[in-house]
Amino acid sequence: MKNSSHIKSKPVIATTSLAGCFGCHMSLLDIDERILQLAELVEFDKSPINDIKKISRPVDFGLIEGGCCNSENVEVLRHFRDNCKYLVSVGECAMMGGLPAMRNQLSIRECLEEAYLNSPSVQGCNEEGIIPSDDELPILLNKVYPCHEIVKIDYFIPGCPPRADLLWDVLTSLILGTSPKDQYSVFKYD
Amino acid sequence: MIKNITIEPLTRVEGHGKVTLQVDEHGNISSSRLHIVEFRGFEKFIQGRPYWEAPVLVQRLCGICPVSHHLAAAKATDEIVGAGVEHLPETALKMRQLMHYGQFFQSHALHFFHLSSPDFLFGVDAPVSKRNVLGVAAEFSDLARQGIMMRKFGQEIIEATAGKKIHGTGAIPGGINKNLSPEQRKAFLHGDPEFNASRMIEWAEGAIEVFLNYHRDNRNFVDGFASFPSNHMSMVNEDGGLDIYHGRLRAVNAEGEKILKDIDYRDYLQYIGEEVRAWSYMKFPYLKSLGKEKGWYRVGPLARLNCCDYIPTPRAQEAFEKFREYTNGKPNNMSMHMHWARLIETLFAAEMIERLLQDDALSGETLSYQGTKKFEGIGVIEAPRGTLIHHYRIGDDDLITMANLIVSTTHNNQPMNEAVFRAAQATFNGRTIVTEGMLNAVEVAVRAYDPCLSCATHALGQMPLMVEIQDADGNILDTRIRELE
Ligand code: SF4
Repeated sequence: MKNSSHIKSKPVIATTSLAGCFGCHMSLLDIDERILQLAELVEFDKSPINDIKKISRPVDFGLIEGGCCNSENVEVLRHFRDNCKYLVSVGECAMMGGLPAMRNQLSIRECLEEAYLNSPSVQGCNEEGIIPSDDELPILLNKVYPCHEIVKIDYFIPGCPPRADLLWDVLTSLILGTSPKDQYSVFKYD
Repeated sequence: MIKNITIEPLTRVEGHGKVTLQVDEHGNISSSRLHIVEFRGFEKFIQGRPYWEAPVLVQRLCGICPVSHHLAAAKATDEIVGAGVEHLPETALKMRQLMHYGQFFQSHALHFFHLSSPDFLFGVDAPVSKRNVLGVAAEFSDLARQGIMMRKFGQEIIEATAGKKIHGTGAIPGGINKNLSPEQRKAFLHGDPEFNASRMIEWAEGAIEVFLNYHRDNRNFVDGFASFPSNHMSMVNEDGGLDIYHGRLRAVNAEGEKILKDIDYRDYLQYIGEEVRAWSYMKFPYLKSLGKEKGWYRVGPLARLNCCDYIPTPRAQEAFEKFREYTNGKPNNMSMHMHWARLIETLFAAEMIERLLQDDALSGETLSYQGTKKFEGIGVIEAPRGTLIHHYRIGDDDLITMANLIVSTTHNNQPMNEAVFRAAQATFNGRTIVTEGMLNAVEVAVRAYDPCLSCATHALGQMPLMVEIQDADGNILDTRIRELE
């Protein structure tokens, strides 16, 4: 990117949300004023939610929220792996599948039928028994996969979501190459 | 030749949403579809879980306004434990209300300062690299800081009432698991003068000014863009006033006639149905009395201010009167006025937070109530983005047997499709090449509705878009990707 060529050493960060709830991204925003500081430390134009198809230069740290529940999630994750030096699973969903993985005990058909045929507010309103299915919709996977079952993951940040202070600590450590402070009070698995 | 144009909010690749537009042989937009490509299967996999888990589980569907899901589920489980709204201890009620107003305040602040203010400060034609919160910080550092601190204030209210900023655990069936000490209340009320309730009220009023200034200079755009008549639905209190925690469901048509007359929300199934369309995972709700074609309605800030008769706090009421005057007391059908309505609600939330913090009931000792158990519970709440319905049935073993959710963004499904259609018609007609203006138009139209999918995706920047024009065989005729410099 032309506007940043003079600051060679700023690490580039990219983030994405797969089958997550965006709570991990919101937790990142909870670093509050420090977001301005973060913008000083890293290149943000490859921003969280930039078009991943356009990752055109090497990314240092790729942060992944959410596991994989459909074909596109897998594509995006692989694309991140190919373009990021370090990949970080952020939060319960990326690490273990999280709440969406509660469907792993069931067939996807049962889930679709419950939502579109059996739901009480659909009764009498879906005479044709439509279940969404269209070329524009991605293919659902048989189960929800944690990220490390699809690609190699370098770091894991636990929590649902990880606390903002933990995210800040780990991110700045990664960026500056120091070790995280390992603060017990913000290191949680829920 | 009939062509399809596909617009993919970048998130499409990440599995959230995308738009296709069909162009007829004259180059006119003939139809548009906003596809929601996410499916979680929640309705099924929640079955077999104990009902008391619902308030903590369900919020994990959406981390952008988790408090709304937390409280809607809690209200439904209140009914199951026989507490209902009638028996909920005052401390529990006020704690939950405070949590909810904190959430409104932070969510609306995020939407305005982080997402919309760049448009209002720099104009929609400004370079993309500037139109984000960091761009605002560079030129209007005070305002950007205010936005960040307002969100922080709301999040800290949530933390104090729910235990965590995101995915808290405060509300339990029939009550709440903690109260607020007088010291904590005092800190929010009279602590750091740059970070207390009255400062938040002042900043919220300032945000309304930012909008009104922009409106004054860009009247045609703000009034005309993606404007269309529709029905509106929201919850109102017993006297018809604005209430986001509890009340009855009201809907008005574009002329202001009541088409849903303050019904008990527990009867929602009699009045609201959901249509399924093959091309989207998101269902299409409508009022049964008007049918699928005519029964769709908008929810959210605009709908709430169109449905209610007054706002129960003084400063927001004053702002509301101006808002109402602008359309001569008739419903406001202008999509961009959603921003105005949202800011009036931000002010309302700030005033309510101040009022609640002064209430000693927050420090009460009776936290929960248990009555006669029921096997079904329905909870409805106004989330920042609109009406949210949770409905559960349980078996003798306390395990959930049925769960039905109609979330705000789902209620707004047809309206968002409508807004995209209008925006596309106004910009795309007669062209075959995709321009930056087209991308902007669609983005701004979707963004006005603040759907979770878009709100989230440009939390830290612009909504990147990809537009493709395809012919009937799927050959790509033109592509344009929003560049981020
Ligand atoms: S880990 Fe928790 S907060 Fe993060 S995406 Fe998953 S459910 Fe949301």
